[in-house]
Amino acid sequence: MAKIKKKVKRIKIDADKCNGCRSCEIACSAFHATPKYSSINPARSRIRVITHRLKDIWLPVFAGEYAPAECSGRDVYIIDGKEYDECGMCRAACPSRDLFKEPDSGLPLKCDMCEGEEKPLCVTWCLNDVLVFEEREEEVEEEEAAKPGELDLGIESLTNRFGLQKVMDTVARMSRKG
Amino acid sequence: MRYAEAGYYLEVDLATGNIERVETDPKLLETHLGGLGTSVKLHWDRVPPETKPFDDGNLLVFSTGLLNGTPAFSCNRTVVTFISPQSELLAYPMMGGFWSAELKYAGYDKIILKNKSPQWVYLWVHNDKVEIRDASHLVGKGALETQDLIREELNEPNAQVAAIGIAGENKVFTASIEQSRSSASRLGGGAVMGDKKIKAVAVRGTKDVFLARGAEFMEHMKGITDYINFRNENPVKGVMTILSGIGSPQEFKHTDEKWHTENFMWGNARVRRRDFWSKEHEEEWVSTQLNAVKRFVSCYNCPQQCGALVSHKDVPRYMAKCFGKLTYSMGAQVDQLDFNFRILQRATEYGVDSFSTPQILAFAVELKEAGILTDKDFEGCPSDPEGRFSWLLDRVVRREGIGDVLADGTYWAAKKIGKGAEEFAHNTIKKHEQLPLKLSTLDPLYFLMYSTNEKISITQIEGNWPQAAFPTREQREAFVKDWPQLPDESWKQILLEWEPRGEKGIPYFPTPEMCSQIVDWMEMLHNIDDAIGLCAGMGSFCLKPPYHIHNYPKLISAATGMDLDEAGLKKIVNRSRNLHRALNNRLGMTRADEKPPEDHWKKRFPELEQKLLDTYYAYKGWNMNGIPTRARLEELDLKYVADELEQRGILKNG
Ligand code: SF4
Ligand code: SF4
Ligand code: SF4
Repeated sequence: MAKIKKKVKRIKIDADKCNGCRSCEIACSAFHATPKYSSINPARSRIRVITHRLKDIWLPVFAGEYAPAECSGRDVYIIDGKEYDECGMCRAACPSRDLFKEPDSGLPLKCDMCEGEEKPLCVTWCLNDVLVFEEREEEVEEEEAAKPGELDLGIESLTNRFGLQKVMDTVARMSRKG
Repeated sequence: MRYAEAGYYLEVDLATGNIERVETDPKLLETHLGGLGTSVKLHWDRVPPETKPFDDGNLLVFSTGLLNGTPAFSCNRTVVTFISPQSELLAYPMMGGFWSAELKYAGYDKIILKNKSPQWVYLWVHNDKVEIRDASHLVGKGALETQDLIREELNEPNAQVAAIGIAGENKVFTASIEQSRSSASRLGGGAVMGDKKIKAVAVRGTKDVFLARGAEFMEHMKGITDYINFRNENPVKGVMTILSGIGSPQEFKHTDEKWHTENFMWGNARVRRRDFWSKEHEEEWVSTQLNAVKRFVSCYNCPQQCGALVSHKDVPRYMAKCFGKLTYSMGAQVDQLDFNFRILQRATEYGVDSFSTPQILAFAVELKEAGILTDKDFEGCPSDPEGRFSWLLDRVVRREGIGDVLADGTYWAAKKIGKGAEEFAHNTIKKHEQLPLKLSTLDPLYFLMYSTNEKISITQIEGNWPQAAFPTREQREAFVKDWPQLPDESWKQILLEWEPRGEKGIPYFPTPEMCSQIVDWMEMLHNIDDAIGLCAGMGSFCLKPPYHIHNYPKLISAATGMDLDEAGLKKIVNRSRNLHRALNNRLGMTRADEKPPEDHWKKRFPELEQKLLDTYYAYKGWNMNGIPTRARLEELDLKYVADELEQRGILKNG
């Protein structure tokens, strides 16, 4: 199979420096609003700062893959004597919780590294250097490079929730209405 | 479509349990912006001046600011308004933290609490779902503790909660409203919450806040972000550390307390200790602080880190900010910072103002020493200064014994105690305890700020103009060289000429005319911040801030879609400011109330002081009794206010 060059984007998270301001959430939600920057809603952000102030927990977590079903088990981390919430470090938009879902539609959210921007918005807006952006090139197999987009993910999650037939019927009905 | 604001108030009648979501008049944005401005309007319209602080009719309003919830850095203030039990005027303490943005995302600009609940309750606002819930199990719980308990029982880790501790439950006049790392502390908002039997207000919001011209707004924010970064890397030179940066005083970051400990007064605002900062004291203070501070904490959407998570030895954890770091040690005249870090935890859970409260306790100690309070009043009180302070604090927050009298603050307590106690309540303005500062020569700028602002708390009046003249011409030149925040280039000349002493020094320079201009400008900046919900630390309260008169209108315009220029913005905040003044006039405030403590300065100049007031009142468009004239009010479209003031006999002959 042909090899192609792919840019790997990485955000390094120095959680010890986080002061819990949530500017990253604001920037992310503004960037992904339609039209761009027309609205703000941290509940739509693809980065969320998990916060337990008195426990000294401020943990920025990025939205990862959509998970159609919840895990069969749960994990709880204790680091430096601090107990993090169940599944606290998991990035999935998963049926077991509200995290990383659009608040109105419940559709999954996923960090897209701010496609098209030179630097992710959350990184630019974190003035405390908690989030550091890095980019490198890697060679990958061609096939792997094609990842499902936002629309595919949304439809997949709808299909999981309502069944393919119902989704198709609804789309057909909506398109008839124009 | 409403931009920047939500366009709804949440009206809650605590007596009947009736809850209404009321759409607001879009015109209010153009006339009073939001935040303090629209809250003042609400109080003027709906709370008649006969209303006493603990009457049913005293509205308690929690307000967001216009730009809360938008990407504007540091716009996170919640303005709480009510008639204060202490000053009996409209109070507007503010808190940072995370609460107000959450309220905006829940779809409301304000929560208006009316009447009193028959039993202890808390309010739970989750977008459109609003519930009054039983709080009987939370009575007696700490103000911080309550916040976590509510999050747990609602199973809503992201809910933001503002709560009172037992001081508020017992209507202590210095009771605060606590919320995460912040609090609305001054003038007894916690007492009014307690009187209404509402222990907490919990909020969770997941709706959108809209920007009219979002891309343009973000473009303006770029410039502001660059300036924040620039100022964080370039502290102002020639001023003490605490004033050199931006943000609220970074008290938990800075460890050098030579200036505060040697220039602020100890005890009941009495004793100055010019040689306190010895090697030994420095060592204990610095190491106590460094060991106790676990992490610096900001407010919502703010890059600064004024607050701290404190984990001090065996003391339960809490969060703290600002001068609460040292006011208890200084009030109790205890040399160790360890004491402060201990008692502050209790004070925070009790929910009391850490400016007023230590002074009230120190006032009691003085009265005891003077024989005015007796052994009987102090029965069971330990004799060491630490033990005594803690014992007194416990009495005050529970209103037990002498604590019941002290809980009303020094002014009212002195009146009740009599026997010459009034002499000891020496540090109040409009019945409210002030910073423990006693200085030498009258400062005309500060004289005006102390006397005339409705805030009654100097830290939230001063700001953009340096606190004192720079000693050398070079320093002055360096300071004015890069000062884009000024409204007009010509002002630089005043600073260049201003000297620490002599003809061009205080009290006669700046002249009364210049002082009026400068004070009016600083006050206006505070009023803008209070309307948009910006932390004063990033605007009106610091030297060379990122937000100023030349960029506020641009941001507000892009956010709301209004086309506002500097003159337009000034007119709006002036309107609200004069309405606020009229409101307090209607509550009985006059020129006679506008005076700093007698002993604030050693050298006073009675004639000059009267001239300063005359000049400033005239500059403001107020009569010589400190009441806005009809002409001034009409120019600000406040004819209805002039009519009412006249009807009530407060305004005579225009
Ligand atoms: S990289 Fe972009 S999409 Fe991902 S969390 Fe940050 S702002 Fe959101
Ligand atoms: S912007 Fe940075 S400091 Fe603020 S919450 Fe996000 S990661 Fe933490
Ligand atoms: S400057 Fe400090 S007090 Fe002000 S909003 Fe930022 S963190 Fe809060």
